[in-house]
Amino acid sequence: MAIFSVYVVNKAGGLIYQLDSYAPRAEAEKTFSYPLDLLLKLHDERVLVAFGQRYSIRVGHAVLAINGMDVNGRYTADGKEVLEYLGNPANYPVSIRFGRPRLTSNEKLMLASMFHSLFAIGSQLSPEQGSSGIEMLETDTFKLHCYQTLTEMPIRCELFDQNLKLALEVAEKAGTFGPGS
Amino acid sequence: MTVHNLYLFDRNGVCLHYSEWHRKKQAGIPKEEYKLMYGMLFSIRSFVSKMSPLDMKDGFLAFQTSRYKLHYYETPTGIKVVMNTDLGVGPIRDVLHHIYSALYVELVVKNPLCPLGQTVQSELFRSRLDSYVRSLPFFSARAG
Repeated sequence: MAIFSVYVVNKAGGLIYQLDSYAPRAEAEKTFSYPLDLLLKLHDERVLVAFGQRYSIRVGHAVLAINGMDVNGRYTADGKEVLEYLGNPANYPVSIRFGRPRLTSNEKLMLASMFHSLFAIGSQLSPEQGSSGIEMLETDTFKLHCYQTLTEMPIRCELFDQNLKLALEVAEKAGTFGPGS
Repeated sequence: MTVHNLYLFDRNGVCLHYSEWHRKKQAGIPKEEYKLMYGMLFSIRSFVSKMSPLDMKDGFLAFQTSRYKLHYYETPTGIKVVMNTDLGVGPIRDVLHHIYSALYVELVVKNPLCPLGQTVQSELFRSRLDSYVRSLPFFSARAG
């Protein structure tokens, strides 16, 4: 059994801790000649394969490295635009490494918040009474387990509620905070 | 072991069919619930495709909470079959596939009098689906 990653989300849906433990990455490096048989497009600051999947390069894979050097989003290691570089026949033959894009920190934050909402909706759509949120989610490549701690619940303090109501009543009677003041 | 309810959606989010057998809790107005269910599934698919460490073939299969399990099956044409059961039920992808191919395709798609893209009116489809679900080994007439 391999644990891929751990996320800890607070009760507001914000990611407070994240760990990547084991990531089996399907990557393929191949040498290409001009013109490229794949259609590449820019998406979310990454260069992705849009069409033309072959060998082990799938649609949705990102350009990870060119000629052995890791790319930096849409730019090569020496600051040129990847799409521009690959559009120029003078740069060929070129060796490109493709693979599933790794998640940026920002994307991890967004996914954690997304799951937080999905967890709540899972409980709302329940056909049975008293259901919790999503405890386990299964796909064909991974399983997601979720455990919600008791301290998620907001702390209720009765004395505070009572005293606050009293204070408001007193203030209303004294006319300090009533309507028209 | 039992089946709570079943939803059928098309690629545009239109709820083609809804049946229930054992349901203790309503989630508000049915129309709003269908939209919420479709929206949740859409978001789960997007979530799962980003999270997955490897390339996926079938994608999202099921999730479970403390009280129910939601099973999901989607065809390449975007038809989504969603079934809520209790926790004792294992993988039922073949059941959902049967509902699609032997019931929906045979009785609705191949019927020239059934317009696609809207709620299925066919009484034959509804009754065949009901008999099929009731005949499943994990369906018991008494819930729980």
